[in-house]
Amino acid sequence: MAFEINGKTYETDEEGYLVNLSEWDEEAAKYLAVEEKVEMTENHWEVVNFLREYYNDYQIAPAVRVLTKAIGKKLGPEKGNSKYLYELFPYGPAKQACKIAGLPKPTGCI
Amino acid sequence: MTESTGGIDMDEESSGTIKKFAFVNRKAPYGTIYALESLEVVLISAAFDQDVSLVFMDDGVYELKKGQGTKAVGMKNFSPTYRALEGYDIEKLYVEKESMEARGLTEDDLVVPVEVLTSEEMATLMDEQDVVLSF
Amino acid sequence: MLHIVNKSPSEKNALDSCLRTVKKGSSILLIEDGVYGATKGTAAAGKLAAAMADVQVFALWPDLEARGMQDNVIDGVKQVDYAGFVDLVAADKNVQSWL
Repeated sequence: MAFEINGKTYETDEEGYLVNLSEWDEEAAKYLAVEEKVEMTENHWEVVNFLREYYNDYQIAPAVRVLTKAIGKKLGPEKGNSKYLYELFPYGPAKQACKIAGLPKPTGCI
Repeated sequence: MTESTGGIDMDEESSGTIKKFAFVNRKAPYGTIYALESLEVVLISAAFDQDVSLVFMDDGVYELKKGQGTKAVGMKNFSPTYRALEGYDIEKLYVEKESMEARGLTEDDLVVPVEVLTSEEMATLMDEQDVVLSF
Repeated sequence: MLHIVNKSPSEKNALDSCLRTVKKGSSILLIEDGVYGATKGTAAAGKLAAAMADVQVFALWPDLEARGMQDNVIDGVKQVDYAGFVDLVAADKNVQSWL
């Protein structure tokens, strides 16, 4: 499967995750967000960018519990809690935000 | 810290017994799939809040070698993921001294802080486990 | 003859057997987990260094680098890339892969 924006093709797996992390760009993120019915605000981008950094550092998409803790550490307790993250990404911060960030499905996601 | 929902709900159902799990890693990375499979199982096991230890002995010590770069072989370099384990509350990493030394390596060659144990200490550690999973 | 070893010397005895039966003037190429045999400070290192008086030893650098062992290579081991691998295979009249 795939989608196309401005002539650029992005390959996706059967669940809609990008196949090639390196193909990700903001346009792809916006498209994936629409698919997820998420309206991207600054706070959404903050989480998406955080996830991309996390992946870059550790080569995995974090489990939601790990994401929550890591965000709390970096951005403060008012953002490092599941209520805040679920408000931004109602169908699961790890799954939805990872998809928009172009990451694979989180490891340890159950 | 506020508890997150996804995955954590498991705790209530399986609350009570925390068992001691040791994952014993004895294979070099890349040549076979064991090292990567073990790491994935370890990450998943973190969701169950058990007492997890990771043991690296024999060629398994090579999994933690610094300076891995897999671009030319076209495989995923998963050595940075060992550094993510702390965030998963998996902090007990043990390396057998004899195995490390037999490979010309020291603690400084490893990507994460570990506790170096002698074979005798390793024997005690493994004997104390409820479950030992070997990779 | 070119001998190719792809197993770690501390897990399988392929390198040992190869070194026991290699003839003077032959070449040994270490690939995949076999490249650990080309690194310093191991039990196998002494045997390999001794063999190098009579045989040329090569190691595939993409496999060394994947394993983070690029700075631990025994002096005198020549590093080759995939093209060098092909050249070695083409240069010898026969090849033995020690699986």
